[in-house]
Amino acid sequence: MMMRQKPILRVSAKLLIPFILLFALYVQFHGDYGPGGGFQAGVIFAAAFILYALVFGIDSARDVLPGGARRICLALGVLLYAGVGVDGMLLGGNFLNYSILAQDPHEGQHLGILLIELGVGLTVFAAMTTIFFAFASQDMPAGTDPDQETP
Amino acid sequence: MMAMGAMAALALRNLFAVAMLSGTYSLLAAALYVVLDAVDVAFTEAAVGAGISTVLLLGTLVLTDHHEKPNGRIHLPALLIVLAVGGLLFYGTLDMPAFGDPQAPIHQHVADHYIEESREEVGPPNIVTSVLASYRGYDTLGETTVIFTAAIGVLALIGRVRRIRTRDARSGDDP
Repeated sequence: MMMRQKPILRVSAKLLIPFILLFALYVQFHGDYGPGGGFQAGVIFAAAFILYALVFGIDSARDVLPGGARRICLALGVLLYAGVGVDGMLLGGNFLNYSILAQDPHEGQHLGILLIELGVGLTVFAAMTTIFFAFASQDMPAGTDPDQETP
Repeated sequence: MMAMGAMAALALRNLFAVAMLSGTYSLLAAALYVVLDAVDVAFTEAAVGAGISTVLLLGTLVLTDHHEKPNGRIHLPALLIVLAVGGLLFYGTLDMPAFGDPQAPIHQHVADHYIEESREEVGPPNIVTSVLASYRGYDTLGETTVIFTAAIGVLALIGRVRRIRTRDARSGDDP
């Protein structure tokens, strides 16, 4: 799976991954003005890491993105989203009402949307990579595991 | 073309080809959404359906066999239930308004309000973002929680298999 013998794949993946990450960030923060948003951005961000894992091997990808970081991102996204809602409540409005987050209701809405999209993006990114890593770490079917056949 | 792909995916026994066909199907669906001017949906379909789902299907194929077990018999009660439910659904579509009908109930409720007022009330030029993040913020919070729960579920089911296995092997070594 390491594909050490495929230099074209390795070089083109190395070239592509920064641009995929950049495009994901563009989709994330430009969602107000064009198509896209947190969900799509999270998926594209995750796709860059999955490409890295496919080309350079799952173990080096795990060094880049350790499981702890993934789990923290996973929880942090939902917390950020719900936290923005609770913040609106603390400031005296309804849950998830962003208009009171800033002096100007439009700016409040803008800030709120930016933050919750970031939360969605974080959670989606972490969820996609977590699911992928969970599947990819299981190299073999459980029955044919060589560890289990040793007496 | 999409229907052809779906039929081929049903008929094929090679699961690798089926995974590839489902990715192609999603890409065609994304192109269809672009034609229908639903760019946000097309974006999601291309990224999730054609990208991540295909990778996950391939990841599952690594764990299982590449060929479906032949199953020639047709399960008659199942076929009857499928036909009955499909017939009911078709019967239900007879009552639906015509495609693109401006008098349809879905265009009478809140859609007008979103389209006319979202610039004033929320701000962003992309109405889809306003609806998703602001008007329907609760729903999006629910979706995010669903994704969170899905990842937690996968972790709980198969995320720790290797660690348990090594622990078992270690405890087996100890007398």
